[in-house]
Amino acid sequence: MPAELQSRARPSAPPRAPVAEIVLERVGHGYRRRNGADVQALAGVSLRVAAGELLAVVGPSGCGKSTLLELLCGLQRPDEGSIVCPPAVLMPQRDLLLPWLSALDNAALAPRIAGDSRALARRRAAALFAELGLAGFEGARPHELSGGMRQRVAFLRTLLSGKPVVCLDEPFGALDALTRAEMQQWLARTLAHERRTVVLVTHDVEEAVLLADRLVVLSPRPGRVLAELDVDIERPRSRTDPAAIALRERALSALGMDGCG
Amino acid sequence: MRRARGHVLPAALLAGVLLGAWEAYVDLAGVQEELLPAPHAVAAALWANDSLVLHNFAVTAEEVVLGLALALAAGLALAVAIHLLPLLRRAVYPLAVGSQAVPIPVIGVLLVFWWGFGIFPKLVVIALICFFPVLVTTVDGLAAVDPEQPKLLRTLDASRWQAFRFAELPAALPAALSGARIALAVGVIGAFIAETSTPTSQPYAGLGREIITDAGGFQTARAYAATMVLFAFAVACFYALALAERRLAPWAAQPRGDTP
Repeated sequence: MPAELQSRARPSAPPRAPVAEIVLERVGHGYRRRNGADVQALAGVSLRVAAGELLAVVGPSGCGKSTLLELLCGLQRPDEGSIVCPPAVLMPQRDLLLPWLSALDNAALAPRIAGDSRALARRRAAALFAELGLAGFEGARPHELSGGMRQRVAFLRTLLSGKPVVCLDEPFGALDALTRAEMQQWLARTLAHERRTVVLVTHDVEEAVLLADRLVVLSPRPGRVLAELDVDIERPRSRTDPAAIALRERALSALGMDGCG
Repeated sequence: MRRARGHVLPAALLAGVLLGAWEAYVDLAGVQEELLPAPHAVAAALWANDSLVLHNFAVTAEEVVLGLALALAAGLALAVAIHLLPLLRRAVYPLAVGSQAVPIPVIGVLLVFWWGFGIFPKLVVIALICFFPVLVTTVDGLAAVDPEQPKLLRTLDASRWQAFRFAELPAALPAALSGARIALAVGVIGAFIAETSTPTSQPYAGLGREIITDAGGFQTARAYAATMVLFAFAVACFYALALAERRLAPWAAQPRGDTP
């Protein structure tokens, strides 16, 4: 049983939360499928994410990436090992915007849940709308927004929770290639303004190299750390940069995929 | 205006065709008026008895509206309770289903014994008939929230109440309103059952009571006239509720666009 669990104190959602460090020690976790089969999702995962760092976790489908984020966000407790993580907020792959709320009210959901009045929550969301390229869409309902815009609103909701750690679960996985490229640029710019400790889960190695400070490669289930790679490439990064390509190849070979391309 | 006409026209045309066929059948086949009055005879009966029909209609309309309100309140409250307490679901659901099989006349006398000859026992009968569709659709609507949504709300530190207030309740609203429309469709016949299974002390006993009296007294045309009023009332209520639904849950009407 873990000795330390993340403190889940309820902050009053300050606009810019302090950044903070995450430490995982030999974390193992399993779950039971609906058909009764036990699945070991993670085994002996030790990780450290520095305050303000953007760590990308890459790995094949079903390597326990989503489980890792659920552990960080306190949605589950690890079976083995320990996790020290400041309050973390999850941004799931699907935006999960509420169809009955406007874009502004969807973004303002986080401060409203933290106890702000509707008017104050709206003001705080509206203040960031232009900065995130959403100006003019305040009153739009989610079904009127493109996939990229919906992800922007969902990300703004995530930021407005004021939590120091942001967990992104394949945030652009459902977007088409062009929109995805645009959103990757957008996320890089936004995080340059709004510094947070970020754990980005993705199966897209290129995306990881483009955005992350560091890369962790997980094995197929049960997920173990196969490799940790620093991304020492100047920002803004280009996907055609030889250094980026070289790093991509290293990550892919760690995944055992080097012969496949 | 144009859209309204587009919606009304097909219904008006079909109604006109059916009325014409009905008229032709009665006239050409020489059906006795006591058996089936022709539309013109029904209209004449309505014209001749306008005051009687109007007074009885007022009674029935009040029963339907208040009875439905009671059914909605009971159905929604029970649905929320069942949603929040799964144990209650297992306990209450079989009884709620069974309640729909109880022939109302069996308990009519008991209701009057409890609450007298006023309107309340009738409201209880209507609510008993109408709460069920509201209950079932709302319980399903509350449970149909995206299973990922609670995870997101939990990482935003939402309390159980906030998750209910921000996600589950609005998600269930369109389903609850659909349930209300079904309830309304059976609400008018519910009022008929209520009137005919519980005696009343009022001077006007409602259209249901009038229909039974007229049908038994060879006043068939007047019984049909009263039926036509019930018919029109049910249609009007249904569309009023559809209009309210568009106001209350505009997002639910978006993908379909075939709501009246």
